[in-house]
Amino acid sequence: MITLPFQEHNLNPMCLAVPGQVISIDLSDPDMKMARVKFGEIVKDICIQWVDDVKVGEYVIAHIGTALSKVDEADALYTLNALKEMGDL
Amino acid sequence: MKHIDEYRDKELVDKLVSQIGKELTRPWTLMEICGGQTHSIMKYGLLDLLPEAITMVHGPGCPVCVTPVEFIDKAVALSLRAGTILASFGDMLRVPGPSNDLLRARAQGGDVRIVFSPLDAVDLAAGNPDKQVVFFAVGFETTAPAVALAIRQAELKEINNFRVLVAHVLVPPAMRALLSNPDIRLDGFLAAGHVCTVMGYEEYIPIAEEFQVPMAVTGFEPVDILLGIQKTLHMLEKGIVGVENAYPRSVKQEGNLKARELLKQVFEPVDRNWRGIGSIPLSGFRLREHYDRFDAGTLPGLEGIHASESGPCIAGEILTGIRKPHECSAFGKLCTPEKPLGAPMVSSEGACAAYYKYPCP
Repeated sequence: MITLPFQEHNLNPMCLAVPGQVISIDLSDPDMKMARVKFGEIVKDICIQWVDDVKVGEYVIAHIGTALSKVDEADALYTLNALKEMGDL
Repeated sequence: MKHIDEYRDKELVDKLVSQIGKELTRPWTLMEICGGQTHSIMKYGLLDLLPEAITMVHGPGCPVCVTPVEFIDKAVALSLRAGTILASFGDMLRVPGPSNDLLRARAQGGDVRIVFSPLDAVDLAAGNPDKQVVFFAVGFETTAPAVALAIRQAELKEINNFRVLVAHVLVPPAMRALLSNPDIRLDGFLAAGHVCTVMGYEEYIPIAEEFQVPMAVTGFEPVDILLGIQKTLHMLEKGIVGVENAYPRSVKQEGNLKARELLKQVFEPVDRNWRGIGSIPLSGFRLREHYDRFDAGTLPGLEGIHASESGPCIAGEILTGIRKPHECSAFGKLCTPEKPLGAPMVSSEGACAAYYKYPCP
């Protein structure tokens, strides 16, 4: 099992933000759009007010109960592929 | 992809270390601003993997560490005030103030609650209408949007017993202060990936140009950090000055515009004292006038609190990278995470705690 950064500390995290997968979305309150987000084995309610285009199955970077960004899969793949090819040319 | 283990891949780490070694022609000194990155660097032993010619200096990006003692004294006073609940992140509880800390205040009868999110503090206020709930808002641009959201929620739901003690600090003015300090020599920066996730990195471009220091916006896993180092070194070796994005899966140039807009509505910049560093112009947030009624700083009983730093802790030199934690005579002896003399030994983002937890071989 992967240890998440906030589980590695005895105290709760502050500036640490961690990726988690959106498992359901609740847009019923327009001022507080919410999602259930899975971090490893932990599921938490996270506010997605600023990333409200996120879909179930996608990842967000979450920090103290709010999602700061949607993880850009295309950029993630591009970075990883570029790294895998580094030095092979 | 789970966006964690992919960036802890040994093969990619080895490739990046080898690429860094290939490009390197002379010594360079880089600073990682964020304490979260300092912990990753120590935890994954990245200092041992990097060539000796690269010096990593650990920056002031530890919100708990730079929160001035005056705010800790105010938080303690609020927690001991009758009918008041002081809600805080857990990290702040053991941070030593001049005379007291929040954990001891709790033992003395203060009502101190640990919350995961400022939104939980709003719920606490809603559930305790006969109490005044104060959220102790420390943190950088990463944390401030959630606090702004909490204040807006309290406004919308007319929760009038919720207030915030605002101690937020901002990264770019601190970078300028570091780069203007003649005692500090830095060739490049790793900009903090989650601050930039919110704010973007347009603000960093004029700083890079003015001080001729390249920067890479950098994430938090070992591969992310090495990629940030590699991109910064590449610019240094080629004589390029600019800001590269080494964390594009989370950071866009403009940041998160919705979160930024909310910050602008709720907060305005103010001069702020940084613990161990001193005053930095326009380096903090305060509430805009419209939100005055949510300001805990105006509650009675806080007027006379203007505490200043004392004691043997050299946090200022640690936070500006002038000295490393193990160079402090108190490190690991008089000062440990169990009995900290200063904030960098307490926080999960403090450099001293990182050096203590992951000792250098």
